[in-house]
Amino acid sequence: MSRPFVRLELWILRHLEALFGTLRDLLRRPLASLMTATVIGIALALPTGLYLLLGNLQRIATGWDATPRISLFLHQEVTDEQATRLAASLRGRTGAATVQLITKEEALAEFTNYSGFGDALKALDQNPLPAVLVVQPQSSDPQAAEVLLDKLKSLPEVEQAQLDMAWLKRLHAVMAVGQQAVLVLAGLLGAAVLLVIGNTIRLTIQNRRDEVVVLKLIGGSDAFIRRPFLYTGLWYGLLGGSLALALVHGSIYLLAEPIDRLAILYSSAFRLSGPDTIASLTVLGSGIGLGWVGAWLAVGRHLREIEPS
Amino acid sequence: MIRFVDVTKRYPNGYEALSGVSFHLEQGEMAFLTGRSGAGKSTLLKLIALIERASTGQVLVGGQNLAKLARRRIPELRRRIGVVFQDHRLLFDRTVYHNVALPLVIAGFTHQETAKRVRAALDKVGLLHREKAYPVTLSGGEQQRVGLARAVVNRPSLLLADEPTGNLDPELSREVFGLFRAFNQVGVTVLVATHDLSLIEELPYRTLTLEEGRLIAGADRPATTEVTP
Ligand SMILES: Nc1ncnc2c1ncn2[C@@H]1O[C@H](COP(=O)(O)OP(=O)(O)OP(=O)(O)O)[C@@H](O)[C@H]1O
Ligand SMILES: [Mg+2]
Repeated sequence: MSRPFVRLELWILRHLEALFGTLRDLLRRPLASLMTATVIGIALALPTGLYLLLGNLQRIATGWDATPRISLFLHQEVTDEQATRLAASLRGRTGAATVQLITKEEALAEFTNYSGFGDALKALDQNPLPAVLVVQPQSSDPQAAEVLLDKLKSLPEVEQAQLDMAWLKRLHAVMAVGQQAVLVLAGLLGAAVLLVIGNTIRLTIQNRRDEVVVLKLIGGSDAFIRRPFLYTGLWYGLLGGSLALALVHGSIYLLAEPIDRLAILYSSAFRLSGPDTIASLTVLGSGIGLGWVGAWLAVGRHLREIEPS
Repeated sequence: MIRFVDVTKRYPNGYEALSGVSFHLEQGEMAFLTGRSGAGKSTLLKLIALIERASTGQVLVGGQNLAKLARRRIPELRRRIGVVFQDHRLLFDRTVYHNVALPLVIAGFTHQETAKRVRAALDKVGLLHREKAYPVTLSGGEQQRVGLARAVVNRPSLLLADEPTGNLDPELSREVFGLFRAFNQVGVTVLVATHDLSLIEELPYRTLTLEEGRLIAGADRPATTEVTP
């Protein structure tokens, strides 16, 4: 074998030794290691859970008809002919895709059909229901629908205008806030994970102070002395990330049945979905990354302080 | 190999442990460093391995001015120097074998090469049969010899020893000094700090004598001793 090849092999071997050597050290103190990993796991599970919750909400929201619709309730005095003319003029207008007229009679028929109050209405000598124009905006963007709504509202024939999907818009707004919250929470808890790992590594360094001193005395380079601590951080991150996934899957398992029952009540086929492969890898990757960086920060600060005398 | 030029070492508390020390130890030379307790022997050795830095004056090792050596280059220097420490400095959670192997692990030797060299070094100090023992189960003298094996396992070009026979009986001391002579004969530069005046007198090497931080004898190499430059 050629020399550079042997070098590479040795390099890999040394890193593998550090990798498994540090794992062995962690397993030697299983309870302490598990406690640290659990703290990290909970910190990673919280933003992951919130993120999944948002994803599921989004799926519910898109399941509903997403295109907004504007209902224009016309004044009582407006006759059906006037309403037809208004509908025709609105059709020519930009922004409206379709305009459907529900005349007073149609409204009454519909109401009689669906409400069961038909007999009560017959007792009245006059139809109390207004004509209604249902306008479908060209764009499904809630903002554009809002602009159109404002314009239509000011028409003299219109008594009341209503954006049917206003609640959907509100839901979207709430979810946008939620997404922001996930980011903020992930940032804060990521910082917490860094601190937890940094502190754990600091204690590990202090416990192995004698070893660090001896290694420095006999010529151990900074990279060599740093290596096991970095791998310890990596393991904490990986264990924490795995625990976070376990916590999330456990919670979903516990929630699945009540949600199924709820879905049946709403005759929906909705099912709670867990993290997909990418999300799972992201959680594990964040754990590993935070572990490594946290260890790096601690090692940078504290190894320098230890000098032989 | 080692050159001190008017070296003074003042510790942070203001105590001057070495004052105006100048000497030159040539490559391949062997010498003893003596003086009463507190005379500054350990301090002098620490300056060579950059465990402490000189306050004023120059320390040169292998032609390199240590004052100009960057922090990150220190490990390189220490890997070229084998040091037997006065307090052994062994790792108590590792076996004798793993203690001796440390310099080779740092230098990145293969397992086979490491095993070969560690066993050879342990054999030299007569502790091959204790390779699986932990240092706490060894006597003071045995620990010292483990320290010696670790100092020479990577075949350094310079060997420093601080009281390497402090815990040994006269016979073992003689054996250990024999080992130093053997290393010296294969070209290793050796500097040994010791109280053991009776042994020194038996041996034909230069003796540097410190008194309250000043070098009072042995600054110049006597014409009678042989060196291979
Ligand atoms: N880190 C330090 N800070 C302050 N003073 C120190 C320090 N290290 C050593 N000294 C002082 O410097 C003097 C020389 O110490 P050194 O250890 O070099 O002596 P030594 O010749 O090796 O003694 P011994 O034979 O007892 O080992 C001593 O008086 C000691 O108290
Ligand atoms: Mg001393």
